[in-house]
Amino acid sequence: MTTAFNIVVCGSLVPDPLQTLEPIQGPTGPALKNEMMLPSVLDPWAGHALFEAANLAKHHPGTKVYLVSLGPKAKLQQLMMTIAQKVPFEFVCLDGPASGFLDSREVAKALASAIEKIPGLDKTKLLVFGGYSSASRDAGTTMQMIAEQLGISDVFLGADELKVQPDGSFRIMERIEGGQYQISSCAGAPIVIGWATGNLPEPPNNPQVGMANMRTIMPALQKAQPAALKTDGIQYASVQLPQQQRQTKIVKDTPVEEIAKEIVAWIRS
Amino acid sequence: MSNINTEKTALMSTLPGDDVRQIMWRFADRYEHQMVVQATRSVARGMVARLVADKQRHTHDWTPQKQEMLKAFDEAGVTAAFMEPDQGGYITGPKNLVLALVAFELAWVDAGAATASLANNLALEPIHEKGTPEQIHHYMSGCVPPKPGEKREILRGSFALTEPLPYVGVDAGMLSGKIRIAEWKEGKEPIIQVEKRGRFITNMGYATFVTAAVDTDDPRIKSSCMVILEKGDQGIYDPGAPTLKLVHQLSCTHDPIFNLKIPASRIIGGYTIKDGVIIPNYNHNEVIEAVFRRTRVTVAMMTTAKLLSAIEPVIRYQRTRYRGGEAAKPGTPRYDLGIQQKEDAQHRLLDVWATGEASASLGFEAARLFDEFDPLEKQKDAMFLKDGIKGPRAQMKVFAEPRKRALEYIEIMGKPEAQRDAKRVQDLENDFLTMYVVKESLADVFCPACKLWNTGYGATMMREAVSLMGGYGITEDCPGFLTQKWSDAQLEATYEGPECVQRRQMSLTMVSDVFLAQFKNWIKDLRALDAKKPGMGAGTLASAMELWLWSIEYLQNAKDANGKTLYAGQRQGVTFPMADALAWLLGSRQLILDTLELERKGPENSVLAEGLTGFVNFYSDLSYLQAARAAGEVGKVCAELVYGYQAKGATCALPNAAIKTFAELRSKLDGSLAGARLAKDRAAEAVTQVMIPEALDYPL
Ligand SMILES: Cc1cc2nc3c(=O)[nH]c(=O)nc-3n(C[C@H](O)[C@H](O)[C@H](O)COP(=O)(O)OP(=O)(O)OC[C@H]3O[C@@H](n4cnc5c(N)ncnc54)[C@H](O)[C@@H]3O)c2cc1C
Repeated sequence: MTTAFNIVVCGSLVPDPLQTLEPIQGPTGPALKNEMMLPSVLDPWAGHALFEAANLAKHHPGTKVYLVSLGPKAKLQQLMMTIAQKVPFEFVCLDGPASGFLDSREVAKALASAIEKIPGLDKTKLLVFGGYSSASRDAGTTMQMIAEQLGISDVFLGADELKVQPDGSFRIMERIEGGQYQISSCAGAPIVIGWATGNLPEPPNNPQVGMANMRTIMPALQKAQPAALKTDGIQYASVQLPQQQRQTKIVKDTPVEEIAKEIVAWIRS
Repeated sequence: MSNINTEKTALMSTLPGDDVRQIMWRFADRYEHQMVVQATRSVARGMVARLVADKQRHTHDWTPQKQEMLKAFDEAGVTAAFMEPDQGGYITGPKNLVLALVAFELAWVDAGAATASLANNLALEPIHEKGTPEQIHHYMSGCVPPKPGEKREILRGSFALTEPLPYVGVDAGMLSGKIRIAEWKEGKEPIIQVEKRGRFITNMGYATFVTAAVDTDDPRIKSSCMVILEKGDQGIYDPGAPTLKLVHQLSCTHDPIFNLKIPASRIIGGYTIKDGVIIPNYNHNEVIEAVFRRTRVTVAMMTTAKLLSAIEPVIRYQRTRYRGGEAAKPGTPRYDLGIQQKEDAQHRLLDVWATGEASASLGFEAARLFDEFDPLEKQKDAMFLKDGIKGPRAQMKVFAEPRKRALEYIEIMGKPEAQRDAKRVQDLENDFLTMYVVKESLADVFCPACKLWNTGYGATMMREAVSLMGGYGITEDCPGFLTQKWSDAQLEATYEGPECVQRRQMSLTMVSDVFLAQFKNWIKDLRALDAKKPGMGAGTLASAMELWLWSIEYLQNAKDANGKTLYAGQRQGVTFPMADALAWLLGSRQLILDTLELERKGPENSVLAEGLTGFVNFYSDLSYLQAARAAGEVGKVCAELVYGYQAKGATCALPNAAIKTFAELRSKLDGSLAGARLAKDRAAEAVTQVMIPEALDYPL
């Protein structure tokens, strides 16, 4: 039996990790130095979620994939020039900050209400995907709160695999401590999954896919509403880089074992 | 003491990113172009960079790893970017800008990779420009990668003009490749015997078809032409030995040998038969002229990309040079700035940067010009074909009136907008032959100018970039592969016509009245701009352009001490330096125009809001210093040519009035440099402050 799903992927942008990310006190609270000017990439965990969604859609004809993003819309537009080339999706855009210093509860509220408003969304077929963590805020809290808001009680976090069984139920592998997996069965939609890395490679860019996606992306960007986010819920006393820092160094052809040894030594030091 | 530069101005915060580039190079509203850029970039900074890091440049052979690169191009849509949607491509309309962007992105990492990709388009170009509809459809769609499930081998092509010595190099008129009629049965298609040897033919190791230039060796074939050869045609199709080249090793170059029988339908552009003689619709010169005028722009963009790609690694090297040493404690200038504490290091980097920017501005303008020119040329070709207008004389006659109208149009456009007769402007713009003349006059200067200057002077400045990295610069480990990029630049300056070919073309096209009329308008515009914005070097550039204009008019009319004409076809000592000088001027002007565009359109992009002033300030300063550098070149060239052909001790052989005018113009130019070095100092400060990423985004 094949089921057609409605998959909503929540994901936005983070500054390109190769950039210098320097916390500063901005006019409206903590921020990163030159954050708007830095190039950004799709949050890597959300990216895995998106590629998993697209893969599922490929094997389940009739499935629709939506990408819901909260971020500065001009930056999202730039991001779409890459992401839209990877896999087919429909775009839902919320114009607002994508900073790691936002209250995840506010973000979850905004995303959940945007999901509710997707025309024709069938909640009985709904899979909400996102990253279980984010490169800009590693709290791992947003997806659960979205689930809460949408009234979905089957939530899986740190997932690396979702298999649709012949009877339509799901088999999900979640990461737990010690490099182990917890395997769960779930009767079916609706569910919320916070993805870890999954198992899929990043699809290559294909401008032809991108051009098709742009048909919905441009209108979505044009009609994007400013997201109403309250910023008074959280007060930051101070923001600083972690005390313990590892300097990036580039060494050619180092075996994995060597790298692992070095990291262990660094942690212990 | 007051210091004019102490007034606080906004500095550029980060290196210019895609938002800035899209505005300056005018593709902010072309999403398909932006996507091709991203797709190409991911192949370049991913697979291509790994090939270089893995030492694939160390072999002349076409290895399986290099072959994988072609597949990556196919998958990322790079190969099909050249084709129309009905041929299997995905971009509608002219592709000059998008291909220039592809060349730029690939060459940012490795220009050989760019050559490998673009040589396929070069092979297709003769067919694309002059082929019959059937030829166009067959080969263009054949070169589109098969869709999943489609059973078909992709076609890959080579372009074979160059031949073993002594023939075809710069002087492409003489061909030793020949065609004869092998068989011509009554009522049947003639069969042609083709003999051609190629030298330095790109893609030849794997090409399945070749577009080859050949001359007639048979009274029953009227002229030279280009033909399409296919692997599998009857006879010898031997790719020959790999060329032992020291550059561009990620492209595949061979010296092939062909001796094949082909049907006459493979003559590019078709033929007619009159009195038992095959008359090709286009001789080989007509075809290659249409080809090179476009493809040379993409070559120009390769060296440009490399210059700009050098900025980030050089800054990183300079800043981190002393870290780890005793004296460089975090927080000290020695730690934070390293070599950037030294003014010369900043200034030399700025010279590289300004060259890269000006050449990008020039090359992308040339590409956009061809995007405008393409449809006009198609319309003209269709008209000429329909009306049977053939041969240079008949064509000149058709253009006599449009030429006058073009001059009228340029004159009107030289007036302030309020004073123009809008109706007349509209009428002239609706007349495609008039617009053809206007655009052609520009395209015929901009294409050779960017090929000449971007690659030739670019190669010189690439050496400068290498030198800024010290010993590291000339090692394999140098981030950004700078030495490879430097040596590769010599090929970019050579293939598709070395510098002398570009100079030769410019020496003819830059003295056309239609071009010079526009040139005069530009001087006026720059003067007006300088009055409003004195900080961009527009005044300096205008003075340099006036000097050049006066000199070229003088040189065309004056004679040397021996009574010989100065500006003449054979007198390359006069014509060629003037071509170089013009290229400097054009690049400098385009950089100013792109900076103005950034200032105008930047506010529409909310991402840029925060940093826009810093970018505009930096680019204005860069424009100023580039205008000053161009002015220096122009002053030097013009003075040497104007005075240098007089008998020694007799500068008075020049009429007094002429000396006076030249000296006045020269002195005005020198005076206009006031402020240029202050602009350089400001730009240098920006260079020491600008934030760069922690590491390069492609492997070493
Ligand atoms: C790696 C590589 C790939 C190539 N790929 C291709 C390809 O795919 N297809 C193809 O057809 N060709 C290709 N070429 C050939 C290339 O286009 C020629 O090498 C180039 O056009 C120059 O010709 P030449 O080498 O015979 O130089 P020459 O004609 O010998 O010129 C050498 C120099 O002589 C001087 N000179 C010559 N004539 C004049 C003149 N009239 N006025 C003033 N000075 C003059 C100039 O200084 C010039 O630079 C390739 C070359 C290389 C090296």
